[in-house]
Amino acid sequence: MTWSWASFFEYLTSPYMLMGAWTTIWLSVVSMIIGCSLGIVAALMKMSRSPVLRGIADFYIWLWRGTPLLVQLVIIYAGLPQIGIRLGVIESAIIGLSLHEGAYFAEIVRAGIMAVDKGQSDAARALGMDYRWMMRIVVMPQATRVIIPPLGNQFNGMLKTSSLASVISMEELLRHAQELAQIEFRVLEVYIVAAIGYLIMTTTWGLIQQRIEAHYDKPFGGSAGDMAATSIPA
Amino acid sequence: MDMNTAAQAPARQPNSGNAGDSPAGELMVEARDIHKAFGDNQVLKGVSLEVRAGEVILIAGRSGSGKSTLLRCIDHLETIDSGRIFVNRHLVGYREENGILVELTDKQIAFQRRDIGVVFQQFNLFPHLTVIDNITAAPVKVLGVDVEKAQVEARELIERVGLPEKENAYPRQLSGGQQQRVAIARALAMKPKVMLFDEPTSALDPEMISEVLNVMIDLSKQGMTMIVVSHEMGFARAAADRVILMHDGGIEEDAPPTEFFDAPKSEATKRFLAKILH
Ligand SMILES: Nc1ncnc2c1ncn2[C@@H]1O[C@H](COP(=O)(O)OP(=O)(O)OP(=O)(O)O)[C@@H](O)[C@H]1O
Ligand SMILES: [Mg+2]
Repeated sequence: MTWSWASFFEYLTSPYMLMGAWTTIWLSVVSMIIGCSLGIVAALMKMSRSPVLRGIADFYIWLWRGTPLLVQLVIIYAGLPQIGIRLGVIESAIIGLSLHEGAYFAEIVRAGIMAVDKGQSDAARALGMDYRWMMRIVVMPQATRVIIPPLGNQFNGMLKTSSLASVISMEELLRHAQELAQIEFRVLEVYIVAAIGYLIMTTTWGLIQQRIEAHYDKPFGGSAGDMAATSIPA
Repeated sequence: MDMNTAAQAPARQPNSGNAGDSPAGELMVEARDIHKAFGDNQVLKGVSLEVRAGEVILIAGRSGSGKSTLLRCIDHLETIDSGRIFVNRHLVGYREENGILVELTDKQIAFQRRDIGVVFQQFNLFPHLTVIDNITAAPVKVLGVDVEKAQVEARELIERVGLPEKENAYPRQLSGGQQQRVAIARALAMKPKVMLFDEPTSALDPEMISEVLNVMIDLSKQGMTMIVVSHEMGFARAAADRVILMHDGGIEEDAPPTEFFDAPKSEATKRFLAKILH
């Protein structure tokens, strides 16, 4: 069997592949949003004064970062029914990907918050802001600038990592490619089309990410994340 | 040092009266026998200080003598090990339960800090906000002032510190002296009853020091109660009612400026003056 351009173009324009790609996108976005929220909560817990909250956060991060996502997904989807917890494919995929993302994102958020100068929280407090206002108005907006580049990389990773959900039969791009490959055995063509699909998604995201970063860099004088204030004499 | 020892300070009720208006001469800040350690390092070893409404106090002393720590304790940016601090007659940072100090909640402490403005050596402007947003953020969010009204007041303050055309600039576009003046305006926007300055001109190039000091001198003339940590002795002579020397975690000298400079009592003050006046 040699390379077939006809099959290649057929897969490239196949609605079935497109549907898979669409699932990859929304699965990634949803898991990213939930995962980031979890990560922020875990980061704030980890930085709290309460040893109980810190302990819970540490345990979560340790457990999820220390085990493969593939194993986590299989346990959630195929293992939990054994103790009476039955989750559908979509729920399992979202829960697995989100919890996994949250554990990594927690460390990113923590690093971002710690990168904000302590003088900033002193100034916020001195102005009468309580913890919530201080975080919302002063700390988080500045941490965001530090968090966004790694956050973008995490989302790039998520677009690709979500393909692992194919093992629990989540109908995303890779799964659809596998199914088409089993019909006509045009393995090379169909997987190259899948690869192109992932490339288009990650490249598009890269462009979006650049714009977001530029937006958050604006008050600091544009590119290169130059924190040092360049003072212009009066 | 444990919290119980705090109870040894005589339980003293702050003066009765309306908390709102404070005619000149009333106690605005009162520190009683403050102890504070960082680990084994005893930084404040029983500091007592009284500042009356409208007074301007200058605190000097060599590096590490505890000046910043004292200011930070007054705003409860640091906890204390024992003693009492009252600002505008309210016990700062704690409530007293059977003679024991119990720390207030985050929200209660935030509420108390509205009375106290702080200006830091490093300005600490919010780099992601423009000048006007730096000034209006706290009044709008914390006090609930209407945005438009806050902006009108902010513009008056910007004018007062001499930076009319800078309201939409970001901090990094300003010189150090300009940033510090914005920081003063930002603190004033909360209408504090007392202003604390921690070496407000130490991070500035020499040519910018006077523009900041002039704003502070104006403020003192308008009757603001001020505690200023600084080595600007010109400011002390121009605006201070009392000059204090901190030495090794305690107050060594507390005198009007002329007396402080011309007839200091303590050896530490004489040595300090010899050093800074050459
Ligand atoms: N957060 C902290 N943790 C541990 N030690 C501290 C802390 N803040 C201050 N110290 C220590 O407390 C002592 C007094 O510091 P403080 O900043 O109050 O001195 P200062 O009189 O303001 O000095 P300077 O003129 O250098 O600003 C120093 O020995 C300092 O190292
Ligand atoms: Mg200091």
